[in-house]
Amino acid sequence: MSKPLSALTRIAAGLGLAAALAATPAAATELTFFYPVAVGGPVTKIIDDMAAAFEKDNPGIRVKPVYSGSYQDTITKVVTAVKGGDAPHVSVLLSTDMYTLIDEDAVVPFDDLVKTAEERAWMTSFYPGFMQNSQTGGKTWGIPFQRSTVVMYWNKELFTQAGLDPERPPQNWNELIEYGKKLTKRDAAGNVTTWGVQVPSSGFPYWLFQTFTTQNGIELMNAAGNETYFDKPEVVEALQYWVDLSRKHGIHPPGVVEWGTTPKDFFERKAAIIYTTTGNLTNIRANAGFDFGVAMLPAGKRLGSPTGGGNFHVFKRSTPEEREAALKFVRWMTTPQRAAEWSIATGYVAVSPAAWETDTMKKYVADFPAPTVARDQLEYAVAELSTHENQRVTKALNDGLQAALNGTKTPEQAMRDAQREAERILRAYR
Amino acid sequence: MSTHPLGNSGPRAALHGWLLLLPAAVLLAAFTHYPAVATFWHSLFSTPRPNRPAVFIGAEHYRDLLADPIFWTALNNNLIFAAGTILPSIALALVMALWVNERIAGRGLLRLAYFTPTVLPMIAVANIWLFFYTPDYGLFDQVRGLFGLPAHNWLGSTETALGAIIVVAVWKEAGFFMIFYLAALQQIPPELREAARLEGASRWQAFWKVTFPLLMPTTLFVLINAIINAFRLIDHIFVMTRGGPDNASSLLLYYIYEVGFRFWDQGYAAALTMVLLAILAVVALFKFFWLERKVHYQ
Repeated sequence: MSKPLSALTRIAAGLGLAAALAATPAAATELTFFYPVAVGGPVTKIIDDMAAAFEKDNPGIRVKPVYSGSYQDTITKVVTAVKGGDAPHVSVLLSTDMYTLIDEDAVVPFDDLVKTAEERAWMTSFYPGFMQNSQTGGKTWGIPFQRSTVVMYWNKELFTQAGLDPERPPQNWNELIEYGKKLTKRDAAGNVTTWGVQVPSSGFPYWLFQTFTTQNGIELMNAAGNETYFDKPEVVEALQYWVDLSRKHGIHPPGVVEWGTTPKDFFERKAAIIYTTTGNLTNIRANAGFDFGVAMLPAGKRLGSPTGGGNFHVFKRSTPEEREAALKFVRWMTTPQRAAEWSIATGYVAVSPAAWETDTMKKYVADFPAPTVARDQLEYAVAELSTHENQRVTKALNDGLQAALNGTKTPEQAMRDAQREAERILRAYR
Repeated sequence: MSTHPLGNSGPRAALHGWLLLLPAAVLLAAFTHYPAVATFWHSLFSTPRPNRPAVFIGAEHYRDLLADPIFWTALNNNLIFAAGTILPSIALALVMALWVNERIAGRGLLRLAYFTPTVLPMIAVANIWLFFYTPDYGLFDQVRGLFGLPAHNWLGSTETALGAIIVVAVWKEAGFFMIFYLAALQQIPPELREAARLEGASRWQAFWKVTFPLLMPTTLFVLINAIINAFRLIDHIFVMTRGGPDNASSLLLYYIYEVGFRFWDQGYAAALTMVLLAILAVVALFKFFWLERKVHYQ
């Protein structure tokens, strides 16, 4: 028995040696970079090009960009990889996944990565509105990259046809209903051919819902991410408004509206006004065969929208060299010039004031001022819903929203159930 | 039987037998039995977090499960999904098999067409079906539009989402089951049908009294597959509805995935998995002790 065993041991030792050899840093540090795509357009190509340009500027570092599906898919893949001991080095993830990543002990705060004064200054160079979802407990866990707010797009042609001023979008909740009634068109049989307004509700309805709650003057959670306020009267009121757009006023498609096809509905004139991320701006600009406008969302008690989108995160399971390379990569990707180019290529809000001061950005907005809308709306923006066990808590809210939009529950009942579920989940974190 | 091939008997023969069984036994134990037992074991512990190790909590997950409305919705949906896919897909498979077993022109092409859904990856076809169901521009709404019917949000409304998912599953499975029926039909000696005709049996009688009983072993096999698939086939849900709206199209296995890999509550996911295992065990027992006796093997 001793012979085969010793042979086995030798093989095992050989394998171990091979693994050790593979793990020793070669000439180049290699970074695995996971990123999701949530908007239209050739985003994978843009990212690949950016990674290639980074490698050219930094010969010692190789970046392997991995397209990892939607935001949901990406967090699933990343956490699975972390648990399997094979985490990526850098990933773009929803800023709201911050608590999840901290609870999983998966990421390092940027405070631990930066060393020089210049690097520390870089950390504070972003819009404070975007940092709300990136910092907790006095540390910065994420760096804004593809960030957005919800904005309203309107079809100027359809406005003119309906006898509305094409340059004046609805300013408040009542006007939205009033305009919506004028814009909704029906054929002879009474079937709707154009909806007045369309707010998508598949996938992550909570984010769109947060526009209404913010405008109604209420926040959905506390800053520590361990309490939610889903059953507050203002929240129920906000949901009632959304539900009524379709059920009472008949100006909004019934049921759950698909996020992905909403821009297409806009191109096809099936919807005169849509709510979607500013990240779709470039897509809409390229595909809308008519004159369109971009505006801040109509105000309720106040103007408002949640911020949204993805941050850069650097993962814990990495060597000092890899972390250094990762920081270099994140800094490179968020320089004002690159942020401006990325914003122009996609429509995401350029994340730092300095990016708006670049010549590239100035030239772009000179003849196309729409991107400034989302930037200016930042002043009224609040943090996106984010708590511990974020996926689970937002699912509780999403289920409630979809039930109310489908009419299977009243808004009040739906929000009470969602709050009860959130309570149950978050109790452990207080 | 007096001389064993190896010339041995007694303990050595037994050892020989066990050694022959070993490879299969190891694979079964490692990939079926151990995971099942480990899952049960994990279901008795809380989910470990980096700063909170797992603790023994006994049946608490199972108590949570009884109080979890989403679990009951998913289970209920799954029973509807099973009822909506098992019999329709088998019936459709049988009809298609009888049809393409006849001597008709273009038989080969027809068989190919019926079998195509089986060959295509589910994720790909789910995307195509997603387009069929899209309100306004989707195939279904385009056709409905020709008759002046309004657009319908098939996947976005609680009433139709599950039905839409069921249709895709039936479409996907029927072609696969058809192949088994087709093979079985070709095994049936033509004399039997000729004899039936000589006796004056109508086509229906010949099918119902001769062909169908002879297909019973195939039906049993197909039925078991259909039942298992009813609890296993969830790929298209990821693409089409993600279990929504409001869990209207969430099935048990999809819910297990959500709890296990989106919420990372593995302890609870393990408890849910035990429920699924129990259901499948009941199906297996039903097959071995009841159905098996009803089937006539030639």
